[in-house]
Amino acid sequence: MPEGIKDKVAIIGMGCTRFGERWESSGGDLMVEAFTECIEDAGIEKKDIDTAYWGACFPMQGLSGLPLAQLLKLPFIGVTHVENYCATGTEALRAATYAVASGAADIALALGVEKLKDTGYGGLPAMGGMGGAEALLMPNSTAPGLFAMMATGYFSKYNIPPDQGKRVIGRVSWKSHQNGVKNPKAHLRREVTMEQIVNAPIVAWPLGLFDCCGVSDGSAAAIVVRAEEAKKFRPDPVYIKALQIAISSGEEQIYTDYDYAHVETGYRAGIRVYKEAGVKNPRKEISMAELHDCFSITETVTYEDLQFSPRGRAGEDIEAGFFDLEGDLPVQPDGGLKCFGHPIGASGLRMVYEMYKQLQGKAGPRQIKDPKLGLTHNMGGFPPGNVIAVCIVGQ
Amino acid sequence: MVGITSYGAYIPLHRIERDAFYKEWGGMPIPGERSMATFDEDSVTIAMESAIDCMKGLDPKKVDGLFFATTTSPYKEKLCASIMATAFDMRRDVRTMDVTGTLRVGTTAMAAAFDAVKAGSAKSILVTTGETRMGAPAGDFEQSVGDGGAAVLLGDKGVIASIEGSYSVSDEFSGQWRADGDDFIRSWEDRMVYDQGYSAVLPEAISGLMKKYNLSPGDFAKIVYDAPLDVRRHARVAGGLKFDAAQVQDPMFMNVGNTGAALAMMMLVAALEEAKPGDKILFASYGNGADAFYLQVTPEIKKLKARRGIKHHLESKKTINNYGTYLRWRKILTLERARRPEQAATSIVALWRDRRIILGLWGVKCKVCGTPQYTATPGIMGGGPPIRICVNCQAKDQFEDYCFLGKKAKVFSFTHDNLADSPDPPATVTVVDFDGGGRAAFDMTDRDPDEVKVGMPVEMTFRKLYHDPARGVHNYFWKTRPIR
Repeated sequence: MPEGIKDKVAIIGMGCTRFGERWESSGGDLMVEAFTECIEDAGIEKKDIDTAYWGACFPMQGLSGLPLAQLLKLPFIGVTHVENYCATGTEALRAATYAVASGAADIALALGVEKLKDTGYGGLPAMGGMGGAEALLMPNSTAPGLFAMMATGYFSKYNIPPDQGKRVIGRVSWKSHQNGVKNPKAHLRREVTMEQIVNAPIVAWPLGLFDCCGVSDGSAAAIVVRAEEAKKFRPDPVYIKALQIAISSGEEQIYTDYDYAHVETGYRAGIRVYKEAGVKNPRKEISMAELHDCFSITETVTYEDLQFSPRGRAGEDIEAGFFDLEGDLPVQPDGGLKCFGHPIGASGLRMVYEMYKQLQGKAGPRQIKDPKLGLTHNMGGFPPGNVIAVCIVGQ
Repeated sequence: MVGITSYGAYIPLHRIERDAFYKEWGGMPIPGERSMATFDEDSVTIAMESAIDCMKGLDPKKVDGLFFATTTSPYKEKLCASIMATAFDMRRDVRTMDVTGTLRVGTTAMAAAFDAVKAGSAKSILVTTGETRMGAPAGDFEQSVGDGGAAVLLGDKGVIASIEGSYSVSDEFSGQWRADGDDFIRSWEDRMVYDQGYSAVLPEAISGLMKKYNLSPGDFAKIVYDAPLDVRRHARVAGGLKFDAAQVQDPMFMNVGNTGAALAMMMLVAALEEAKPGDKILFASYGNGADAFYLQVTPEIKKLKARRGIKHHLESKKTINNYGTYLRWRKILTLERARRPEQAATSIVALWRDRRIILGLWGVKCKVCGTPQYTATPGIMGGGPPIRICVNCQAKDQFEDYCFLGKKAKVFSFTHDNLADSPDPPATVTVVDFDGGGRAAFDMTDRDPDEVKVGMPVEMTFRKLYHDPARGVHNYFWKTRPIR
């Protein structure tokens, strides 16, 4: 095992736009908005930035380093565009982290953005361009449909009747709505009842409307420096304790023994991230988390993949309120993808933004008491083939 | 001895009550129901399903020719028989041909196959038919046509019904037609059409055959010939030729409808299902002339393993009474566009390069660890089998071809997707495990959402995955369906 990134890099500034249907704003507007908050928070000037990494999953904002450089009028520095599905935002942070850790840069910017509401439809744009074989043999399904098959798999594996299963995963969304109400930057800000959740129209059986996250516009950004420099910028920097990415090798697609009831990459990334951070008992040591709840079933299996709950028993913790804001391990204190919204490329940095604010005691009505370690988790792709990014931050 | 060595048929699952048309438009009520292709079926998929039924237990590598007869080919310039030959993984030197132009192309193709085998230039030729003709809304034709297909394998070994003779008549007449660009059947005033066409020419060919071979109506166990769109004209032909009503094969008007160039062969399959060794069958078909054949059933017919044929496909059905579904599936109406991403442009290169993977469902098996592999995982780029490296054992360049067609499969997981744009919502997607290993995701078709369960057995069915209007490409692939 390599030495890892623990305590080598610190975040000294962050920014995050309000997520939502930002009809009046272009992707560029959102990027400038996130960057402006970020650089003011860091207390640095634009000329201090040595290098920048920006990410968007879809090409609406353009490709290459040019869009960010020209929007922010960055002075001829190195700028790179990164993409890794829904882990794109965390990927930008990883690149910036490695840049300063290596000494190649002293101050690096990471920024993620997505402008999904300019497409004209509710879900995500098509992933590919001119199709290879995949367009010629893929089933007709959407992101909700692909994740719904994990709910079918989970219910089947653990013999949970679908009606009961829908209540378990519905409770996950109920909790996120409770939190989202408290967040002025969240996309969807209203409480919902369990009855509304389980009786909502089916999007892709067994997932209903409230099992699906918001499709949103938004941007988030971070400035990182080497850990030993961090206190020169502010008294309360947030340190990166671990940052791991895991990508499916393809075996989950090909073997008949993948159970569609967990995410293998999530489990493996979890093991690595805990080792890097020195976490022995995640259920006890992680103070709070932002997990990739693109769908309620994703958050449910992630509780188990990240060892917060034993296999097949996340439901017990969900029902007991273990992951509620007042629970032992609050998850999605900012509302999660479910309510804060999910502009793909921005989500990873948005999650870190909430952990950063919580660790600094600036989370307002959502403030968790005395958090030590915050975990963020992104999942891009689909249950049998995906990219996972997990990050742990602390003070 | 040359003749039919195997047969098969296909009738789409759905039947629509003719009452649905009458309720919509009024006019003259026609009793019964007609078969109706699902939105993902066309003449090619129907002919392919018929051919699969016909080839059950037989080796496609031993077939020397595949002839596809239809008047509803999806292409004007582009062979469809080659799509089927590739799906069957037939030999490279197989003779392929699409035969089209008139409603008797099924028998014309059969005659050509017969001549080729008899002449010794082929040992075995598969002739398959499929039709999805349409009558214009509010007319009688949309009620009287049906969708279906049948196939026969001709050869000189294991003949179940020998072809002892044939007789043809050619007749120039534009009584009923579709010109280039016509979606719907056109017809001249029907008294003239039938009196000078069907009712005159078909008896001429049948009489000609009997005279040529010195046969009389009493020699035949069955007389099998197609019906025109006005089915009342059918029985009059046999009656006029002094056949007994009991000898006449039912034209399936009440339960299928007129399946055009496929009808005569479908009726022949139905007759063969009931035939006994020693039976003589008179088989004929009309369309700008007529073809007539004299068939002799042999004891070999008892050895042919059961086919679904006509009998099973007639029983396996789901009847609807919904004109809107018919309009939608046959793309007669322009519907509101789903608010979903546009169809990606088809790459003809990918279609060509992966033709065996797509049409033949060929995957790979690792020679080192034995893992069968085929990737059709939704949402992940790079569909088709893995390339060169086995993810199980990491062996490189140790794959051998492995065909998933014909393997039993069970549903491992599924969803009913309401967001996906489908003419038969919700879009049902299944992840299935094949017996012997291998997993892939496929659309499921012809299912009742309520019947879909984890663990249910499924079979693969050849369907049209999509039509790309920008490039004019029809893309065929396999879907799962509950076992029929």
